[in-house]
Amino acid sequence: MKIVNLILVLCIGGFLIYGTLDMPRWGDPDSPASKHVSPRYIQKTVEETATPNMVTSILADYRGYDTLGETTVIFTAGMACILLLRNSIRKNRND
Amino acid sequence: MIRKTDDIIIRTVARILVPFIQIYALYVIMHGHYSPGGGFQGGVILGASIVLLLITHGLVETKKKIPEKAIALFSSMGVFIYAGIGVLCLLLFGNFLDYGKLSVILNIPPAAARAMGILGVEIGVSITVMAVMISIFTSISTAEDHSKYDKEH
Repeated sequence: MKIVNLILVLCIGGFLIYGTLDMPRWGDPDSPASKHVSPRYIQKTVEETATPNMVTSILADYRGYDTLGETTVIFTAGMACILLLRNSIRKNRND
Repeated sequence: MIRKTDDIIIRTVARILVPFIQIYALYVIMHGHYSPGGGFQGGVILGASIVLLLITHGLVETKKKIPEKAIALFSSMGVFIYAGIGVLCLLLFGNFLDYGKLSVILNIPPAAARAMGILGVEIGVSITVMAVMISIFTSISTAEDHSKYDKEH
């Protein structure tokens, strides 16, 4: 069974490495990622948002939904911490 | 539970440092438009200043300054501010989180309104991050003997 697992892992690893051969080179200006929306952000960010820091304008404006989700994730983490730890304390008190 | 330290040097230095840390956190939040920084980073620094107060002055004294209810309120208020700005844009006949529409209320050009919208959103993020950092720290550090704390006070 272990040998089968090993062969499976090697096969999948080989396929993944084979897949990376088709990827664009690191920082290639002709890659789809740098051709699609990046030039528009770089050219229009100061004009449209009056914010010189491109990272901030993309984080909070162009990708505002994403950041709203991130904030909700942090809020949920805090609430989960309170709920889990406080519940265990109440149980201990009853014992 | 974390108790107040007996070392007067640590207590005094922490007390002197806390306002400076908070001013720096506000700088990081407000200057996010021009330099690295923003809501997440500034919120963590704000939370760290309160955590410093917690580990030097103890839980009892810090809870008097910042009640737990206030922390819970703050952590939900930040998300509320963020989503509220988004809904405000909806009410002004724009898309959700389309800050350009805020120019009608603020009476400034749409680009400047977008910058203001980003600032408002960052403030919301920083409030949530700060409150969540404090609440995670207090709930983990009090998990062991919180009942003792309740009996004593």
